[in-house]
Amino acid sequence: MAFPARYVYALTGGLAPLMPSIDTSQLKRRPPSDEKITWQWLPFTNSARKDNLQLYHWVRVVNGVPPTGDYSFAKYNKSVDIVRYTDEEYEKYLTDPTWTKEETDQLFDLCERFDLRFIIIADRFSLSRTVEELKDRYYSVSRAILLARAPSSGDVSGHPLVKEPYNVSQEIDRKRALSMVLSQTKQQERKDAEVLAEAKRITESRMAARGVEESTLHVASNAGPEMAETATNVDGTVSPSSNAQLASVAVAPSSSVMAENASTLASLRMLRVYLRTYALEQMVQAASSTAGLRTIKRVEQILQDLGVNLKPRVPTKAVCAEHLELRKEILTLLNLQKQLQYKEAEGSSFRDGSYTEMPGTPKRSHSHRDQDGTFVPDSMSFGGERAGRRDQKRKGPGRLSEAPSSPAHKRPRKLKASDL
Amino acid sequence: MSKPEDTEKKILNKKLKDVEISIPIVYGNISFWLGKKANEYQSHKWTVYVRGATNEDLGVVIKRAVFQLHSSFNNPTRVVESPPFELSEAGWGEFEIAITLYFHSDVCDKPLNLYHHLKLYPEDESGPMSTKKPVVVESYDEIVFPEPSEGFFARVQSHPAVTLPRLPAGFTLPPPVPVEDASKRKRGDTKDHPLSQWFMNFSEADELLQLAAARQQVQAHIAKLRRQISLIDGQHQQLKSPSDQ
Repeated sequence: MAFPARYVYALTGGLAPLMPSIDTSQLKRRPPSDEKITWQWLPFTNSARKDNLQLYHWVRVVNGVPPTGDYSFAKYNKSVDIVRYTDEEYEKYLTDPTWTKEETDQLFDLCERFDLRFIIIADRFSLSRTVEELKDRYYSVSRAILLARAPSSGDVSGHPLVKEPYNVSQEIDRKRALSMVLSQTKQQERKDAEVLAEAKRITESRMAARGVEESTLHVASNAGPEMAETATNVDGTVSPSSNAQLASVAVAPSSSVMAENASTLASLRMLRVYLRTYALEQMVQAASSTAGLRTIKRVEQILQDLGVNLKPRVPTKAVCAEHLELRKEILTLLNLQKQLQYKEAEGSSFRDGSYTEMPGTPKRSHSHRDQDGTFVPDSMSFGGERAGRRDQKRKGPGRLSEAPSSPAHKRPRKLKASDL
Repeated sequence: MSKPEDTEKKILNKKLKDVEISIPIVYGNISFWLGKKANEYQSHKWTVYVRGATNEDLGVVIKRAVFQLHSSFNNPTRVVESPPFELSEAGWGEFEIAITLYFHSDVCDKPLNLYHHLKLYPEDESGPMSTKKPVVVESYDEIVFPEPSEGFFARVQSHPAVTLPRLPAGFTLPPPVPVEDASKRKRGDTKDHPLSQWFMNFSEADELLQLAAARQQVQAHIAKLRRQISLIDGQHQQLKSPSDQ
């Protein structure tokens, strides 16, 4: 079996198919030698046609015997069963102030002709009527006929036309809502997704807090009913920080960090007495729970560069709160940096093979100082060395983000004497 | 026991939720070189202590403090039954001292541990040793009671050593239990303590200012990065949906 080409992996989502989809061993099999195959140009008829048109086509004839049976595509000629009314039935059950008989007749003709494709029917209908109006008329008439012809109403109560009658106003609303969703701008879509994600995070943290409170109930034998109060308070203290990070896409604090915060507060409460510095340590740990050691070291380096004590010198309630928020913000900063790096790396793979210069390609690392005139300590221009390292791994033609003016691979060859 | 006393006890024992009482404290040591009077085993005289951050009397909350010294000391477990909670000794070595604080019964039935590394010698070893200028190492911290009892709250509500939040509206407290005659007790605050001239000042203002400035910087950078990211997202969209060729 031939090894599938590289691009197959991309098409199949990284995995080669386990089983070949076509039995390749059958492809080269020759027909058995006792059969004599000829191809003949023969006439045929089509049972799906109402006229007697006779056409010709090539037919595979085996041992001089042409194949029998209807035209092979005739079975696909399916149509919808439209119930037609008699004039008498119309007079008795089907009259309507907004519809004439001629109109209704025309509607049913079109429905039969076009197999209930109402968009086409609406287009062909001589008077201008909306699709919903046409559907409404068709389905209510059909329903009325069904009920009228049934020996008792019980017989047809299970029929879909009877059980779920067509609801015009509902349909109009539904379609309007759909078109609103379709015409939503990307901004709105993003905002909706963020709100939903935030709601999900809040419910998850609430569940986590409830889960924690349930487990602490078992632990503390003399805690009593006081424990039940932790959940409401936890939400109050946790949500302001989560709001600050609401807008960050992709690498947002996961619900596990919120749960860590909740359980930390709960366990502090259980201690009955503790030191402010201890509480801060615990909260910092909880906030950094998803970060690796290297990230934590970077946070501390940034704190030092900013002239902030790693452990506050005067750990009052206010100072500890600010310190914690600062650490969380630095974590967000590092996350966003990483995100930016990934996106820029992604971008370079798009640009491979295309030579159009992207206007305003943001230059990394160097833009961080400067414009506002405030001094930013060196470590704040973070892009620098790490981005550089990433670039070196990717070599390929057409990478314009680093050197738009001098693509190294395309330097013109120096004229040699042999060229002349 | 008659019934009214029981119910009164129950009311006082009831816990206040969402009300946090905190006691700002400073703990550490001051040590003097003994100079000419120093011998091999006693080169310094030092005092280890726990005091209120504003030098108020901690006796309102702390019943007793136990200082656990290095085992080479006689009776290394030193108990101090009343404020000021301090211990003086003479020696030559630096070691970790464990300070255990026991609270009054209406405050908390669990003790709290502090750890302080006794410092005798100055950081800067180059300068001449002086008997007049001591080595001072102090740490600021706050003792937090997350769910104080109503009785505790009522008793300390106007005491200067204690930091209280504002009570939620509509809250009524039982009347404070009368304290014993203040004049009879030994003075517990450290405002006029003989060593008070060496006490350090701890003000949160500077630190808050620094933190606020740092946060501002970080927030500005976050905003910048977000702008860059959305710019790139826009560019990627253009690349993904090719325009008419």
